[in-house]
Amino acid sequence: MSDNAYEAITEAHDDARWAFGTGFEDPLAGVDTSLPDSVDGDDLAAYCLMLGDDALVMSHRLQQWCTSLPELEEEVAVANIALDLLGQARLLLTRGGTADGSGRGEDRLAFFREEHEYRNVRLAELVNGDFAELVARLVVFSTWRLALLSRLSESRDPVLSAVAAKGVKEVTYHRDYAARWTVRLGDGTDHSRGRMQAGLAVVWPYVDELFAAHEVELRLSAAGVAPDPSALRDEFDNVLAQVLSAATLSKPEAGQLPGVGGRAGRDGVHTEAMGYLLAEMQSVARAHPEATW
Amino acid sequence: MVTLTRDARTVAETVTDPELPMLTLADLGVLRDVEVDGGRVTVSITPTYTGCPAMDTMRDDLVHALMDAGYDAVEVRVVLAPPWSTDWISDDGRRKLAEHGIAPPGPAPSAAPGPIPLSLGPTVRVVHCPHCGSAKTDEVSRFSATACKALRRCRACAEPFEHVKEI
Repeated sequence: MSDNAYEAITEAHDDARWAFGTGFEDPLAGVDTSLPDSVDGDDLAAYCLMLGDDALVMSHRLQQWCTSLPELEEEVAVANIALDLLGQARLLLTRGGTADGSGRGEDRLAFFREEHEYRNVRLAELVNGDFAELVARLVVFSTWRLALLSRLSESRDPVLSAVAAKGVKEVTYHRDYAARWTVRLGDGTDHSRGRMQAGLAVVWPYVDELFAAHEVELRLSAAGVAPDPSALRDEFDNVLAQVLSAATLSKPEAGQLPGVGGRAGRDGVHTEAMGYLLAEMQSVARAHPEATW
Repeated sequence: MVTLTRDARTVAETVTDPELPMLTLADLGVLRDVEVDGGRVTVSITPTYTGCPAMDTMRDDLVHALMDAGYDAVEVRVVLAPPWSTDWISDDGRRKLAEHGIAPPGPAPSAAPGPIPLSLGPTVRVVHCPHCGSAKTDEVSRFSATACKALRRCRACAEPFEHVKEI
């Protein structure tokens, strides 16, 4: 007879009672995580957090759409895209925790860092608007991410290269989904066209930030580990021009929102939306910091 | 004394996918390698999609099945490269999918060098209805109840069905 009523459900190694088992702490179990020659572990970790945070924060914004989308097919699509990005985030954050030698696991990184330690681009964190704004954000985000991941699949870091190669297949579907909706809304009724153009105007001020190179990215680019973000711009512009033309939409004229003293998401300088997002995303883990999930 | 009732590979090959239970991990092509060293087994598996929540269940199921077969240490390793492709689903797996009302995937798109082309129009692909066999089917959504499937509809028998999408 146990004194503690909860003991029975907290037994270690008893995975059978949980639908998906327990012990999610290491999605890279068995993967060789040693560093390639002449790659700085701290730089590699910082870079993994950048790409991992982009995926994690964007995934969270997509998850917030669940149950509010206009059709069941869209519910399923957006939830699946969010799940793919969450999977990418788990691998990237875990890689970050091994690369800097800190041993911080994915949960520690996702739920116990502060706002200024998050490295995601600000586009990912913006407050959700209407469905057209979601489509606009997703077409920009996935076009940029696909261009990035397809180059990263040739990284000298074998873990980043493998994560990117898998991600390319997933994000290709994400980009097609968002691009098709952009066309359907843009080349639709006057009303849907106006809403789609307005959605693009909301996200456009955050586009230049996607291609601004952080010093970590430049060093890793020189080391053959990561692409230089500025090299992705041509592919992005070409794809967006193709989508906007098919959608009879125009490229927004909106100016770019500068960072603070030249610092933005990659430096941990975020918009007002980020604090509220983290407060929600981290609340359960922080309320129960000793819990095993 | 360890009594090994069955060969480790045979045991690992009979473990089924938690979300497509008609398929074994071998049918699905996620089982990459089984190495035996005395009573110790190392199994390598690869995820279908990065976010696939079934990975942890597969790992647990492999450990339990091999322990039950008499192996005293089981390690499950994740292999990320090369990435999983639907081309790795076996012929047997394709037959079982169709028998269970899920259209099996066609050939996976091949990776050409340079930027990945945008696909703005409907996917042109002949997928036969697993219920009536008609080729007159339409894609309703490229996403479905699991990451690996798309939703389609048959214009001949009017039934909806799932299709394992090519990656």
